[in-house]
Amino acid sequence: MGSVGAKDVPELLDAHGKRIDGRGLHDLRPLKIEAGVLQRATGSAFVEWGENKVMAAVYGPREVHPRHMQQNTKAVVQCRYNMASFSVDERKRPGLDRRSQEISKVIGEALESVLFVEEFPKTSIGIYIEVLQANAGTRCAGLVAASVALADAGIPMSDLVPAVAVGKIAGKLALDLRKEEDNYGESDVPMALVPRSGRLVLLQMEGHMTRDELKTAMDMGVKGCEKIYEIQKAALRNRYSLGGNGGGEAQ
Amino acid sequence: MTNEVTTEILATHVLDLAKAGKRLDGRGLDELRPVRITPGYVTSADGSALVELGDTKVLCGVKLEPGTPFPDTPNAGVLTTNAEIVPLSSPEYEPGPPSIQSIELSRVVDRAIRAAEAIDLAKLCVTPGEKCWTCFVDLHVLDDSGNLTDAALLAAMSALKNAKLPGERFEIGPTVPLEVNHLPIETTFVRIGDALIVDPTCEEEDTCQGRLTIATDEAGNVVAMQKSMVGAFSPHDVIELVDRALVHGDRLRELINTTK
Repeated sequence: MGSVGAKDVPELLDAHGKRIDGRGLHDLRPLKIEAGVLQRATGSAFVEWGENKVMAAVYGPREVHPRHMQQNTKAVVQCRYNMASFSVDERKRPGLDRRSQEISKVIGEALESVLFVEEFPKTSIGIYIEVLQANAGTRCAGLVAASVALADAGIPMSDLVPAVAVGKIAGKLALDLRKEEDNYGESDVPMALVPRSGRLVLLQMEGHMTRDELKTAMDMGVKGCEKIYEIQKAALRNRYSLGGNGGGEAQ
Repeated sequence: MTNEVTTEILATHVLDLAKAGKRLDGRGLDELRPVRITPGYVTSADGSALVELGDTKVLCGVKLEPGTPFPDTPNAGVLTTNAEIVPLSSPEYEPGPPSIQSIELSRVVDRAIRAAEAIDLAKLCVTPGEKCWTCFVDLHVLDDSGNLTDAALLAAMSALKNAKLPGERFEIGPTVPLEVNHLPIETTFVRIGDALIVDPTCEEEDTCQGRLTIATDEAGNVVAMQKSMVGAFSPHDVIELVDRALVHGDRLRELINTTK
């Protein structure tokens, strides 16, 4: 995708089927989650996932601003996904571009699907995601962090929400794409799972896949999400166990 | 919908109907509203089409103008898709900066056109790094009676198919038809309880538990997807919907190809 006019397309899979960073097709990048990292927020989490660094904070339930957005039957979920100008190779203009606004919308809707918003009418639950360093998969990293931050804030939810992307590189499906694989691969399917129901609350796709490839991609994504779920739970356990210093780690 | 009581009553009614395999407007769960395409609706555009999907009306105008390639794609023309849900289309929308709904709409339509490689952007390059064609796909929502996405992509593809590259006007060569290589079609479904219904109306979108848009191409590939709104789909649901989207997609492609 976006490869029109690109010059040097890197070799995404070597002769032994290994990826650029040495991973196999079903391997996640190293993932570290820490809960409760910010003082002022109701809940927070920091995610280091491969070369991604993403911070999430949750505020609320609290009064709604602006007032007219208030809803009488449920809490309003206000989600903002933002990338720091220095988080990518070429400086990004600060502020929410259209991509960030779309991602804010789908992440907010994904998380609202597990929140008991009707328990908190006339309030707002603010979810703020800051991408500090980006290397593909930041919407999934943001969702993973935000979901832990919501739990850290003590907001009732039906489940944690792990998320990961599956893509197609050099004709093969691969879990958790890194930047080169995202830029030069053939497709990208980010998804977020509610493990207890087995249902997807975020699902996007761009590229080319047959029906059967998509089916396999979702299977791989669900398995990846189950691993991430364990790391999310470990992060919360560490945060709230006596003497714990708050971290969950992969591998 | 501002009145919460009416909304609640309507939501319960839509849900009860769906349980019985029925819908407010009497359609079947996998039945599209009637589609009417009017290509060339606006003659001041280089390509245009009005699409009516039931009561939903979306107008697309394509304009092609000389521009400069992006620095990271010096050998390619530029494609930009913009959707405006203008205030005349619904009591829900107000004048002001682009709403998040219109941003999502234009991005989901753009993603399907781009991912399907409907337009060969390399052919829109005139002088590498210096001059290219910029293809503006502008969507105007005139009446929002639900499922804007599917109507918008139909309008965009139909408008692109009758667009002419105005070489003579800008003295860049002859005026020739714009080449359209692939024909992506989006099909949108919503969940109402356990029912998965196609081509939702406003009332169905307001009460749904999740919406999924699937773009397919003529070779039977899935080229883009967008899950939207609060709610969830199992992987099994998704595959069922892909199969249904492929059937609707083929029918609508046939319709676009045969509408003159």
